[in-house]
Amino acid sequence: MNVIEVSGLRKSFGKTVALDGLDLSVEPGEVHGFLGPNGAGKTTTIRVLLGLLRSDGGTAQLLGGDPWRQAVALHRRLAYVPGDVTLWPTLTGGEVIDLLGRLHGGLDQARRAQLLDRFELDPAKRTRTYSKGNRQKVALVAALASNAELLILDEPTSGLDPLMEAVFRECADEERASGRTILLSSHILSEVEALCDRVTIIRAGRTVETGSLTQLRHLTRTSIAAELAAPADGLVQLRGVHDLVADPAAGGGSRVRCEVDSDALEDALRLLVAAGVRTLTSQPPTLEELFLRHYAAEPDAAGVAP
Amino acid sequence: MRSGRTVTLSGTRELTTFALRRDRIMLPAWIYLLVIVAVSGGYGLKEVYKTQHGRASLAASVYHDKALSFLYGQLHGSSLGAIAAWRYLMYGTLAAGLMSIFLVIRHTRADEEAGRLELVGSTAVGRHAPLASAMLVALTGSLAVFVLTSAVLVVSGLPAVGSVAYALAEAAGGLVFAALAAIAAQISGTARGARGLAITALAVCFLFRGVGDSGGGHGLSWLTWLSPLGWAEQVRPFTANRWWVLALPAAAIAAGTVVATGLAAYRDQGAGLLQPRPGRPVAGRLLSSPEGLAWRLQRGSLAGWAAGFLAGGLAIGVVAVGLGQLLGSSAGVDKAIDRIAEQSALTSAYLAACTSLMGFVAAAYAITAVLRLRAEETDGTGEPILAEPVGRLRWAGSHLLIAALGTGIMLAAGGLGIGLGYGIGSSTAGTQVPRLIEAALAQWPAALAVAAVAALFVGLLPQWSIPAGWTAFAVCGFIGVFGPAFRLAQGVLDISPFTHVPKLPGGTFTAVPLLWLSAFFLIVTAVGMAGLRSRDIGTG
Repeated sequence: MNVIEVSGLRKSFGKTVALDGLDLSVEPGEVHGFLGPNGAGKTTTIRVLLGLLRSDGGTAQLLGGDPWRQAVALHRRLAYVPGDVTLWPTLTGGEVIDLLGRLHGGLDQARRAQLLDRFELDPAKRTRTYSKGNRQKVALVAALASNAELLILDEPTSGLDPLMEAVFRECADEERASGRTILLSSHILSEVEALCDRVTIIRAGRTVETGSLTQLRHLTRTSIAAELAAPADGLVQLRGVHDLVADPAAGGGSRVRCEVDSDALEDALRLLVAAGVRTLTSQPPTLEELFLRHYAAEPDAAGVAP
Repeated sequence: MRSGRTVTLSGTRELTTFALRRDRIMLPAWIYLLVIVAVSGGYGLKEVYKTQHGRASLAASVYHDKALSFLYGQLHGSSLGAIAAWRYLMYGTLAAGLMSIFLVIRHTRADEEAGRLELVGSTAVGRHAPLASAMLVALTGSLAVFVLTSAVLVVSGLPAVGSVAYALAEAAGGLVFAALAAIAAQISGTARGARGLAITALAVCFLFRGVGDSGGGHGLSWLTWLSPLGWAEQVRPFTANRWWVLALPAAAIAAGTVVATGLAAYRDQGAGLLQPRPGRPVAGRLLSSPEGLAWRLQRGSLAGWAAGFLAGGLAIGVVAVGLGQLLGSSAGVDKAIDRIAEQSALTSAYLAACTSLMGFVAAAYAITAVLRLRAEETDGTGEPILAEPVGRLRWAGSHLLIAALGTGIMLAAGGLGIGLGYGIGSSTAGTQVPRLIEAALAQWPAALAVAAVAALFVGLLPQWSIPAGWTAFAVCGFIGVFGPAFRLAQGVLDISPFTHVPKLPGGTFTAVPLLWLSAFFLIVTAVGMAGLRSRDIGTG
């Protein structure tokens, strides 16, 4: 059974439609990336999963239970780091960590100390004086030092510096190794590529893509740049070749640059080989390209966007 | 090239325009409130004190009545204008002072704390511009109060010169607190702290003039002159029209502004002069439950309020001692038994009026404590708690519990203060303390009944909870202050829960109204909490 199983989820605020039939499934033990532009509905989804918002339609299951009705029981088994961490200004970071840990039913003191050390957080400072990154660290330490089986992290590194981001990645890797499930909403693609087993990309309250990174990469294009002995005329006609630029080169050859869909890669390479390859560089598709394609275009037009 | 002074003020005009736009609801509401007070002074009293004889007897009784002097100041004549100034000017100045405090802190420390001033400060805005614009907003509000109040008083038929003096005394007295708030905003690093400092200063000013006005016989009248509220009284509009007294608020405003500007130069953006000390790296045992957190968050304001109630109670009690002595030495009451009976009736009536006032003020605390729940939600600090295994009712209940118990603690502190102040002075502390704590606690259910409105809206219509809570408070205040003067129908008076509380001490204690007021609180709050369970939690 999946840890999170959301299907056809709908939620409106007045006339604003925040979620418009969203699907999301997170399997046990995986780190699941949850991607989408600002306002796509990531935080709304998370807030429905936490039982803070009541959905208007569709189903949402969390750890086998109903997040609205069984909120208290389910919260015992999860820990949450909000995207915008606001804390009580007069409490210190250490007090907040302890409070959240005790409400959760206990805190691993050794782990607390170790995490404070790794995140270089001073627990004696009042949270009023913390920067955004430090407030985020408070929530992260509290979540990571808990014994929760599911971690819901909403853009947990958006305020952290690159060093602390690296610390977070180590921690997330350790959590995965120890069998915890993580739902990671993020904007940082390198982080998602490094950490996540599967990703779900949403846009305007709807899921536009979901699957493992390997699966998703099939949907994207490889960029190819080659110097050829002769012009490769067939490329222009080949379906699945985009943004073709061909310049004549010295000695009757040509220089070619283009983007090739995964399923046309074989045909394109055959044409290149036939024309005589002198040099060849190819870049694998990155999540970033996938991301940009889905972000920049309307969901329906995503497949044919240039 | 522009001089340094001009540069540190650049952008003031833009900031002021923007601030006035942000205040387009709040500022007119304050001005309206203040003008309504003046309308009561102009029209309301005409009905009550129709005859010269009635006015003269009032003047005579105020002269001897320390309680009335403490609450309203001294009466300097028997004309309608003099009575209006006695009854309403000091409270008008107090309200104008509150307006100034809220306006100035809202545009200085509150904006700075929220980080908005940092954004503004990074643009072409001088270092002193936010403070200058906040003062200009307060000045604009005070000018509007001055113009409208003089107009209303003249139209109601009072002499023009006195009306202008009245309005000017009120506006200038209020503006002194704008300067004090500007200083408080430099000292404290938080808006809450700055408001607390400024309002404490206002309360001290009230006590100074109260003791000064009522303690004339003991050589304490100079205390009045230490209080901006006392300065407003000392202008004596409609009788002496002493314009020179207005030099005091003018000088205080100027000096306060200079001090605040100077202090602003000594501190960093975002910091106060009071540096926060490092706290505990590990939470204490108390901080293990929602209730522990609510206590931790509210204990500071609770302690402040309770201390205020204790101090206010002591002052009220001390004045009550004088009340009895004064009547005792006056002629006209011949028989010893009659004298004792009359003394005790008079003192009881005074103490009952004061405990009723305390109940009303305690309702303000109860409302702020209930609205804290809504603030936790909109600030986003409720979310981490609700994401833990803590049910919504437990979370809300923790704050409501503090609100309910805190109101009781406060009233008990007030009753204790009155009992001690009165009891020690009259050597009857042993009997007075329990008697007055009981009298003060009788107000508890009424104060909670007002706060229940806030709890209801937090649950059902959270966007409206702040206006709804304070409207309920204002309605009760209006009925309490103006109900008798306007001779409002009993049906209207009955709207206020305070109407139903037995008048203690002196009256007979009846538990029935207290029981149904408590039931009202519990049921209305329960309806609100049922709403909270089924609605979205969020910042919307």
